[in-house]
Amino acid sequence: MSDTKSPVIPDSDKPGNDLFKQITQGPGLVSVLGVIVALVIGGLLIAVTDQKVAETAGYLFARPADFFAEVWRAATESYVALFNGAVYNSTQGFKPFLETLTVSTPLICAGLGVAVAFRAGLFNIGAQGQIIIGSVLAGYVGFAWHLPVVLHLLLVIVFGLIGGAIWGGIVGLLKAKTGAHEVILTIMFNYVALYLIDYLMNTQAFRRPGETNPISPILDTTATFPAVPGSRLHLGFVMAVLLVILVSWMFKRSTIGFEFRAVGHNPEAAKTAGINVARSTIIAMALAGALAGAAGVAQVAGTEKVLTNGIAGSLGFDAITVALLGRSTPWGTFFAGLLFGAFQAGAVNMQITTGTPIDIVSVVQSLIVLFIAAPPLVKAIFGMNRKKKRSPKLETTQAGAK
Amino acid sequence: MTSSTLQPAITVLPSKKTPIILTAIAVIVFFCFGLMGNSQSAHFALNSAGDAFKLPELVFPGKASNIVIGLLLIAAAVYSWLQRKKSKTLATWIIALAAILFVLAFLIWVVAGADITTISLASLLAGAVVLAVPLVFGSLSGVLCERAGVVNIAIEGQLLGGAFTAALVSSLTKNAFAGLIAAGIAGALVSLILALFSIKYLVNQIIVGVVLNVLVSGITGFLFTTVMQEDPELYNSPAHLPVIEIPLLSAIPVIGPILFKQSVIGYLMYLAVFIVWFGLFKTKWGLRVRAVGEHPKAADTLGIKVNRTRFWNVTLGGIVAGIGGSFFTLVAIDSFTKEISGGRGFIALAAVIFGRWNPIGAFLAALLFGFADNLQVILTIIGTPVPSQFMAMMPYLVTIFAVAGLVGRSRGPAAAGEPYVKE
Repeated sequence: MSDTKSPVIPDSDKPGNDLFKQITQGPGLVSVLGVIVALVIGGLLIAVTDQKVAETAGYLFARPADFFAEVWRAATESYVALFNGAVYNSTQGFKPFLETLTVSTPLICAGLGVAVAFRAGLFNIGAQGQIIIGSVLAGYVGFAWHLPVVLHLLLVIVFGLIGGAIWGGIVGLLKAKTGAHEVILTIMFNYVALYLIDYLMNTQAFRRPGETNPISPILDTTATFPAVPGSRLHLGFVMAVLLVILVSWMFKRSTIGFEFRAVGHNPEAAKTAGINVARSTIIAMALAGALAGAAGVAQVAGTEKVLTNGIAGSLGFDAITVALLGRSTPWGTFFAGLLFGAFQAGAVNMQITTGTPIDIVSVVQSLIVLFIAAPPLVKAIFGMNRKKKRSPKLETTQAGAK
Repeated sequence: MTSSTLQPAITVLPSKKTPIILTAIAVIVFFCFGLMGNSQSAHFALNSAGDAFKLPELVFPGKASNIVIGLLLIAAAVYSWLQRKKSKTLATWIIALAAILFVLAFLIWVVAGADITTISLASLLAGAVVLAVPLVFGSLSGVLCERAGVVNIAIEGQLLGGAFTAALVSSLTKNAFAGLIAAGIAGALVSLILALFSIKYLVNQIIVGVVLNVLVSGITGFLFTTVMQEDPELYNSPAHLPVIEIPLLSAIPVIGPILFKQSVIGYLMYLAVFIVWFGLFKTKWGLRVRAVGEHPKAADTLGIKVNRTRFWNVTLGGIVAGIGGSFFTLVAIDSFTKEISGGRGFIALAAVIFGRWNPIGAFLAALLFGFADNLQVILTIIGTPVPSQFMAMMPYLVTIFAVAGLVGRSRGPAAAGEPYVKE
């Protein structure tokens, strides 16, 4: 993006005072509408591939009501199952919500990592690799070392953060020193990390004794987050919330947070103002990596309690959508992480009860991000483009990527 | 994507990077591959079944030949330091030769140290070309888009969309060519979304690209489960494109199978590389496209429709990548599976950069990556000490070196990534 762009990301994190304004005129309403449109399109996709809908389509003109009733049924049935699996159902009460919180924990952490980089004008596609390296280090400390309670878990967390920070920091360093583009670097580092963990999981040091599959020993109980009885929810969620608060504080109060924002807005101006752009880039990427590493810690020491090749799943890419939906603000990322966590937790139940494949979640998630990134499109869909004369430039979100 | 990221460092002497790299390579080859290498011989068979005449097997004594290659590389390194002192840049052919020698030394070292010390060079190269086909199409798509100033991260999605649609349409029509055309259309559709959001709505191109990959992966995965798996006979048993063998020519050892024993898509690949290269660098159209990618404002002043040019180039790129994706389901593999493209769109992106945004460069880079990919498979079979994962890492590491400027400077089109708004 060019250097002289209009506001990239909303400046203020203050929720209170201009909340009303944001909801009524700003991106708030558009965000909600974007989510709705994405859900409707997802619903249509579900309906189109539904067997009964196809049957009723055969006599569409004879009895159109049947057809539309089936379309409605197919779509809503899936979404209701999703809701039941993510938030509340009559048999389990609010227990599914605990699963949502579990799933959203790494999403929030890694989403924060992507968001911090965005704010500093960097496009961190590398959360995936950073999560992997973070979880490798954290996992190794967790199962190979045997230490007392509290200290062990602390070391697991610290090593996870360091692992992510190194993986992100290298990218920052290369970008600062050689001018290489971080998007390409992070994509490549993702694959290097992927093959690295694949290699490690096949070595003596990492593979569980007597096991032929690439799976590590189970982490010591001293190395894992305490869990809420009867669910998978663990204390890692509290860590995620603390990180949100920390990042929020950093952007509002700290010098480095201010530097990130300044560089993110306009690196040339920041340089003129005496900010060391190279240093800021390196720190921002290392910090982004550390946050993604925290997601790795949450996975390996909380949810899974064991290290495997697939420890990061598709978290790194989901994290990008989370940060985009959250408009790169800490609390925005938090709630976006909760929403997408709910989607993913609910999708498991949806697939079991209605047979709707889990992939629909990626479709809906990516549509949401697309629509939210293009407010004029959403406004056009809902006929809200009254004040046409405004330059479209001002209405476009150009999160990150300088 | 700022101009600041691409600014060359201002130095009086030419950069030390090339001599340093050359020295490092020379030292590795001389000591690790040479002196500490295995003294067994590495055998490279040049013939494959059906060749017109027999060629002798190439035999390299492991240790001795690598010491010789090591000495040659040391000479090249010394020469590069001397040239730098004279403030002269090193000739490209020396760097290329050094790279080839390094690959050769590596091959000799690995094969001489393996359990089976014979590999078929003919099938290694032929397999490399086959694996490179989707990469070449993907990288051409990247070149077409980026030369016009639109960053295309969605190559992966275009390949995947092409593969899915080709499988579906080819299964339904029982006609592989219908599948091929449909794949092009599918790739174009992905491109249309990229163009709509990045050109019309000015959404960051990288965001759109990343999200599109997720979207296509989601849609194809969803339809694979709901449609294809319901009735694989009907929906997922694509008719395949035949391999067309040109008589006589295809019997030439080594290059015969590579050039004259390909599927339609394989032949299309050579044609597409030439057309894109010719189009971009030898025609008025190409000059305009490059102007739009380098300096849209200037192009606009001269009356070139910037956004229209970008729109058509992105669409064209989508068609090319879609066709490349159809290679998976119409030639390489029997039927569609989830994530069949397996990240090759990103390797294609790497090939674009490594090939310096030039169709022929991208083609060669894609071949190199295909070679590394195939080598990894073959090395696993012959049982080498190098873990296959490190071989698989090669394309990515090479790209990191390339973009970090360690292997010459790579600089993309100046305006890539920046939306153009007429003022």
